[in-house]
Amino acid sequence: MVPGDLRYTKDHEWIRVEGDEAVIGITQYAADQLGDIVFVELPDAGTGLAQHATFGVVESVKAVSDLFAPIGGEVTGTNDALAGTPEVVNSDPYGEGWMVRVRVADPAQVDGLLDAAAYEQLTAEG
Amino acid sequence: MPYGPHAADDRARMLDTIGIASVDALFEDIPEALRASPLRLDEPEPELYLAARLTGLAARNRVDLASFLGCGAYRHWSPPTVDQMLLRGEWFTAYTPYQPEVSQGTLQSIYEYQTMLAELTGLDVVSASHYDGGAATAEAALMTCRATRRERILVSRGVHPHYRQALATYTDGAGLEVKEIPLVEDGPLAGTTDLAALAALLADPDRPVAGVVVAQPNVLGLLEDMPEVGRLAHGAGALFVSVIEPVSLAVLAPPGEYGADIAAGEGQPLGIPLQFGGPYLGIVACTDALVRQIPGRLVGLTHDLDGKRAFVMTMRAREQDIRREKAASNICTNQALLALAASVYLATIGPHGLRDVAALGAARATELEAALAAAGAPRIHAGPYLNELVVRVPDARAVHARLLDRGVLAGIPTADLFPDEPSLADGLLVCATEVTTPAEIDLFASALRLELAGAAIGGGAR
Amino acid sequence: MSVVGERLQPTLFERSRPGRGGGKIPHPPAGALDRIPAGARRATPAALPELAEPEVIRHYTNLSQLNYAVDTGFYPLGSCTMKFNPRLNEWAARLPGFANLHPMAPDAVAQGTLQLLFELEQQLAEISGMDAVTLQPAAGAHGELTGILMVRAYHLSRGDTARTEVLVPDSSHGTNPATASMAGFRTITIPSAPDGGVDVEAFRSALGPQTAAIMITNPSTLGLFERRIGELLEATHEAGALAYMDGANLNAILGRFKPGEAGFDVMHFNTHKTFSTPHGGGGPGAGPVGVRSHLVPFLPAPRVVRAEGGGFRLETPGERPQTIGRMRSFVASTGVLVRAYAYIRAHGAAGLREVSDDAVLAANYLKVRVGEAYEIPFDQPCKHEFVASAARIKAATGVRTLDIAKRLIDKGYHPPTIYFPHTVEEGMLIEPTETESLETMDGFADALIEIAREAAEDPELVKGAPHDAPVRRLDEATAARQPNLRWRGMTGAQTPCPD
Repeated sequence: MVPGDLRYTKDHEWIRVEGDEAVIGITQYAADQLGDIVFVELPDAGTGLAQHATFGVVESVKAVSDLFAPIGGEVTGTNDALAGTPEVVNSDPYGEGWMVRVRVADPAQVDGLLDAAAYEQLTAEG
Repeated sequence: MPYGPHAADDRARMLDTIGIASVDALFEDIPEALRASPLRLDEPEPELYLAARLTGLAARNRVDLASFLGCGAYRHWSPPTVDQMLLRGEWFTAYTPYQPEVSQGTLQSIYEYQTMLAELTGLDVVSASHYDGGAATAEAALMTCRATRRERILVSRGVHPHYRQALATYTDGAGLEVKEIPLVEDGPLAGTTDLAALAALLADPDRPVAGVVVAQPNVLGLLEDMPEVGRLAHGAGALFVSVIEPVSLAVLAPPGEYGADIAAGEGQPLGIPLQFGGPYLGIVACTDALVRQIPGRLVGLTHDLDGKRAFVMTMRAREQDIRREKAASNICTNQALLALAASVYLATIGPHGLRDVAALGAARATELEAALAAAGAPRIHAGPYLNELVVRVPDARAVHARLLDRGVLAGIPTADLFPDEPSLADGLLVCATEVTTPAEIDLFASALRLELAGAAIGGGAR
Repeated sequence: MSVVGERLQPTLFERSRPGRGGGKIPHPPAGALDRIPAGARRATPAALPELAEPEVIRHYTNLSQLNYAVDTGFYPLGSCTMKFNPRLNEWAARLPGFANLHPMAPDAVAQGTLQLLFELEQQLAEISGMDAVTLQPAAGAHGELTGILMVRAYHLSRGDTARTEVLVPDSSHGTNPATASMAGFRTITIPSAPDGGVDVEAFRSALGPQTAAIMITNPSTLGLFERRIGELLEATHEAGALAYMDGANLNAILGRFKPGEAGFDVMHFNTHKTFSTPHGGGGPGAGPVGVRSHLVPFLPAPRVVRAEGGGFRLETPGERPQTIGRMRSFVASTGVLVRAYAYIRAHGAAGLREVSDDAVLAANYLKVRVGEAYEIPFDQPCKHEFVASAARIKAATGVRTLDIAKRLIDKGYHPPTIYFPHTVEEGMLIEPTETESLETMDGFADALIEIAREAAEDPELVKGAPHDAPVRRLDEATAARQPNLRWRGMTGAQTPCPD
């Protein structure tokens, strides 16, 4: 079950809008596919993200995956705890395993993302 | 086929199991028009004759000369422990330790290598190995560009010209700019990197520098002011790459101590034979801060399911087989067996032995300097050196060639290394190590005296 | 954490005791280092281990015995060609004339080695149908970089600056796309067709005036000959691009297919695969590169050439102005190439063809045997290696290819290459080579079949493997999260060096 209050991308990122900011992470499905996550590379605060562009990298023991920005906007904060404990992305991807906060540039971009039902259908199809 | 295992009817049994009459059936998918013309090679040679042929070829190389040639590859005594250990099939017939459960020998030996080279360089992280000093230097320079996201590299002309050429080849493809830092032409600092020129190059705000690459000792054998290079580089936000020779690190300050971010160099002096250029051992070491930028394999310590200590290749997601076009480098096969050779060498001679190797080479070089000066070929630089030096010999190329006939390999003419440096037109770069004998030095000096006298009398003709 | 297992060894640093060792190097005269300024000197001695020679030998001998190697057993690591390493070649490389020759020695001093290198270039050119060969690259990936830099130089020399892309099949070695990036190109990945070959239509639509080169492994990493290679090469050249062949799998086609004749412009050889030079626990290898005539001007410098008046010499600086330059410090990994040369001479044309015939025969035989219990996704005859899949076993029992690989260790075999190419689910790439006997191959096939039965009857047995190796499965996640890449805190204090 994926959280119903989030929006998703087909690249397995999730996004939670909080006022004029949004929090971004990867889904449990993505974390499971990668396996034991050992490293997360995130942009510095102040970096401008373009929608769909890569903004970071997640590494597991034997795989690597780019992170794609679900929406555009400026990075206002990153989850620094992931540097020391990247494993929380596996254990709590929607909570402690969040990755970046961005200032939402265009709320309409959020509306274009998948809702929980659509994302679940996507992962069910494999 | 000399190494095939098949008994008389084995092939027939295999064909039968597959259900075909001839092995040709297995090649029918090669389009007819594209099938090979007949191979034209010599007849298979029985080992007896092949051994004789190889012995004959090897004998045509002249390795009996009194050699004073260094310049990036060095004669050293390698204790027999090294080569005899390398002949164990468990080492040399294994491959990359992809399956750690059956590769703990290779993995632990690499971890120990990483540790010993980290000690020598004073840095934290050492890659499992690179191809050689030139390729390692090129990879180190590329690291500085990735880490700083800048595209300009400054390399001293005191770095071996072959390394600079390899660096140019590597960076050309990547679209990076390389600028050479000149050497001081005269005075007490002659032959060392021109630090005023370096400061000026670093001061250009429109062309930020990623890395500054300087060798210690430099290719002319001279010692550089490395702490000052580090201060200048860091002051401009650039990284500092020190090109090292590992035996010298027994007596010279380690790169980590004088502010180098990366050390790169040639590990051949650690017990590896000269063998006309390879296989050698590329060393790349860096600070913890750069660990994610270092290319090549890394071995780490971990434990197994029962808590037993064990070793494994780690941080694998940096590498080409996982990251593909985004990998830090394309390196796959490395020089693991040569890293093993270096490890066995260091374990055998130990810290005091390594220091003795370096210091004895320096002592022999002092004797060489004195003997050559007495023969009429004084040093041309004033600055301190370790075990390699340049002496002034008029018409050095011709003298070098004639000394071969007298049984002396008189180093290398500096004009071959620096064809465009008038101040080095009449020099020989010569080297001594712990294997250089007083008798060889005498032979060189007396042969040189004769040549110089002959030149004085006969105007260079023989 | 620091439990050392029964068969495991303490590190050199735990074995070290101050004052051990010595007797190797004479002490230098006092004052030998006086001319080194204080600021340039090492203040504290390097904390290297101190051991006596008997301990050094025991340490490394015991460590060696924790390794699996071709000399100890069957090593069917697909794509790596783990064939027997002839001992004559080890002997030859150690002949003092070869071993003690300085790389900057004048040509007159190096005639034996120069002749050997020259002849080896000729032999490799004949084997590959190429016009010239450089021996400079130190490994296959180094050869790839050399080749693609030559492709770049070729296009630029024609004023063609628009070619920014390299096409690479999705089943390729990771070195191919990594090489393209290093040489400044963008990688375009081409999907595979259902038969395992390159999807020719997708390939055609990706080709264009922006394509610099294609990089094709042939036979492919699935062990299959690229049957439509003629079409691929023709389309490549029509688009003005060049064709690079990754020669990793040349062991399958010696005397049967010459890439240069077929239309490839450039390729690399892996001497440590095809020509039996030892793998060394990860290296050294050598990666000579062959080219057709239009790329000769761009070959790395220096080349070995015939000298006027007889003999051989290295090119002088500036002799070939269009060269891409130098790829490494010196001319080649000569010590490796002596071995390759000896191998080629020992075999001759007939022997090399037999090498490939036997390698392909062995792989097809083993494929039939392994097929008794595993899926074989491609029915075309394989070349020197084949892919089997445990997807069915995984679906039925939960046992994965990784588990099967680890269980093979218990049964005395080195696992094959697993999860490569990525295009096959639960794949294992099995390469027996021509130097393994029928009994060895049968033993391996029987072991795999038995593991399939174990997976059905007792899956936990397989999932917990290996049970009989020096260590069990490792915690690789912790190793990567908190890297410990060097030993700290050596046993015992350092003794000062006597001056």
